[in-house]
Amino acid sequence: MVEPAPEEASSAAYAPLLEVNDLRTYFHTEEGEVRAVDGVSFQVARGRTLALVGESGCGKSVTAQSVLRLIHPPGKIVGGSIRLHRNDGEPPLEVLEERENSDALYELRGGRVALIFQEATAALSPVHTIGNQIQEAIRIHQKISKKGALGLAREMLERVGIKDPELCLRQYPHELSGGMRQRAVIAMALVSNPELLIADEPTTALDVTIQAQVLLLLKQLQQTLNLAILLITHDLGVVAQMADEVVVMYLGRVVESGSVREILKKPRHPYTIGLLESLPSLTPIGQRLPSIPGSVPALTDLPSGCPFHPRCAYAVAGRCNVGAPPPLEALPERRFVACWRTREVALERLLQRKGEAPKSVSSEGRPPAVADSQAEADWFENADLTSDGEYADSALKERP
Amino acid sequence: MSLLQENTPLLSVRGLCKYFPVLSKGLFRRQIGVVKACHDVSFDLARGETLGIVGESGSGKSTLARTLLRVTRPSSGSAMFYGEDPVDLATLSAAELELVRPQLQMIFQDPFSSLNPRMTVEQIVAEPLIIHRRARGAELEDRVIGMLRRVGIRPEYRSRYPHAFSGGQRQRVGIARALILEPKLVVADEAVSALDVSVQAQVVNLLRDLQEEFGLTYLFIAHDLSVVRHVAQRVAVMTRGEIVEMGETAQVFDEPQHDYTRRLLGSVLEPDPDRPGY
Repeated sequence: MVEPAPEEASSAAYAPLLEVNDLRTYFHTEEGEVRAVDGVSFQVARGRTLALVGESGCGKSVTAQSVLRLIHPPGKIVGGSIRLHRNDGEPPLEVLEERENSDALYELRGGRVALIFQEATAALSPVHTIGNQIQEAIRIHQKISKKGALGLAREMLERVGIKDPELCLRQYPHELSGGMRQRAVIAMALVSNPELLIADEPTTALDVTIQAQVLLLLKQLQQTLNLAILLITHDLGVVAQMADEVVVMYLGRVVESGSVREILKKPRHPYTIGLLESLPSLTPIGQRLPSIPGSVPALTDLPSGCPFHPRCAYAVAGRCNVGAPPPLEALPERRFVACWRTREVALERLLQRKGEAPKSVSSEGRPPAVADSQAEADWFENADLTSDGEYADSALKERP
Repeated sequence: MSLLQENTPLLSVRGLCKYFPVLSKGLFRRQIGVVKACHDVSFDLARGETLGIVGESGSGKSTLARTLLRVTRPSSGSAMFYGEDPVDLATLSAAELELVRPQLQMIFQDPFSSLNPRMTVEQIVAEPLIIHRRARGAELEDRVIGMLRRVGIRPEYRSRYPHAFSGGQRQRVGIARALILEPKLVVADEAVSALDVSVQAQVVNLLRDLQEEFGLTYLFIAHDLSVVRHVAQRVAVMTRGEIVEMGETAQVFDEPQHDYTRRLLGSVLEPDPDRPGY
């Protein structure tokens, strides 16, 4: 058995800051009830990053908005609990039990929990200067003079790496580049000393070089401020760089969760496997890209049984297409997978790889030659079952 | 195709420039400078080849594409296009351009805004044939159905409107519209950037299949380097309106010569144990 990496062992010791349990957010539309988020649970601890991963329409953003109670009709949070713990031993804030527009929610939104969006341009007012906008954010949550707020804003802009904060305070959003705008938004999000930062695709709209700078900045700020980050992204490269834990969502449900190393190195759910294999960088030049067939179905027209079965390469009739969706099953090392055939999938992939040319299997990844079934079972419990375990390896190696 | 044509490139661009004037504020709007959106760009594009163009936003990739397709008129330079007849795209008159246009088609980035929401998929794909008077009646319908089937849209769905389709399906419709005129050169400007990764792989595969089947030549513009690496035989790296490096894909990616290329590659979140993390 492989010893758990120190990072994984220690993460259990982190007390959660945010606890989401069995969250269900439904939308009542003319076409019927849309279960955008259907029984999602996860935890984020201080100083740690949890990535919510999935394709568009899988419920990532609705989950984030639910945490801030930003769901408007026809949407409704119909069940579950969202708990935000306090440092001082006070009872935690039960976000879903708060009255709409209560003081606690005011304090929560933009105060204890900050949110940054993909589109910095849309998040900023075009008719106010950056200085005015940051100052406003400060004065909503803190009792401070205008002058003091301006000083704080200047300090924060400097902190997010804006070279001439004095000038930036006087500028309008259109005068800044995309990367600078996103920095300004991050500054605005952090001025009220939040405990949790929700970053909804924070770098998707940015160029790769700027993305690198912004992600680095987020990591540095996380360390100095001991921030918990809930990162929403579809980019597995970003996940490898940033996340400690990963939750993979499909059609409003969690299909797999675990540490970043486990998920990227040993994906178990066919959806996660498909997402990883679709990355062009993992396929040799000249070969066809493996892809997940079909597209994400509409939430109003969910397939029977396991919602992923029409697109799943491992689905079998009579098992995957009938009854209720598979529940999350606990695997070793705090892994959870929602698939009826977790073991069969792992075994099938193992057999596939045995059939492949030896060069595609690294030496330590080779299954034991003995036909001992227990050894076999042990092996695939620990085996690296992606076609490219090296992907995760090297991506993880780069983490500072 | 004559012997001459087989040996010549499909497109030969020499010293292509596109400058935009910078005007002063105030009443007189005097010109106070120029933005060199595209400066002295030269390259050849062989038949059946895919040339990838990479660079950050603002580097001039899209201006280059728009200038080549004559959405804007270039400031100087030439772009010889050896299609049915050799022509210089840079200097063609509007009337001459009309005759060449069917051979040059474009696939757009955003599958949501590039399809008219008030037209059915059938109308969208048939429109180029109608504009260029290539087919009508039953033949028109047959060709549209054939093309939709080819890109993976069920012909039964052809009377639906774009909103009824997913992003990947809409991009397939955009591809069908671009290919229905049997173009020689297809400019794909960030054609898969807006798609989810699993669907992106499907569309990349489709573009490759169609290239083989129809003998297409692609100018593939993208900021996603891993996609370019996968589809392009050659890559040109652009920054500040100029091509700073061009070569075989593997060579550019494995041994980048220019500082900017190195910086660009170094920022990609991808596996390479030798690369220092950030």
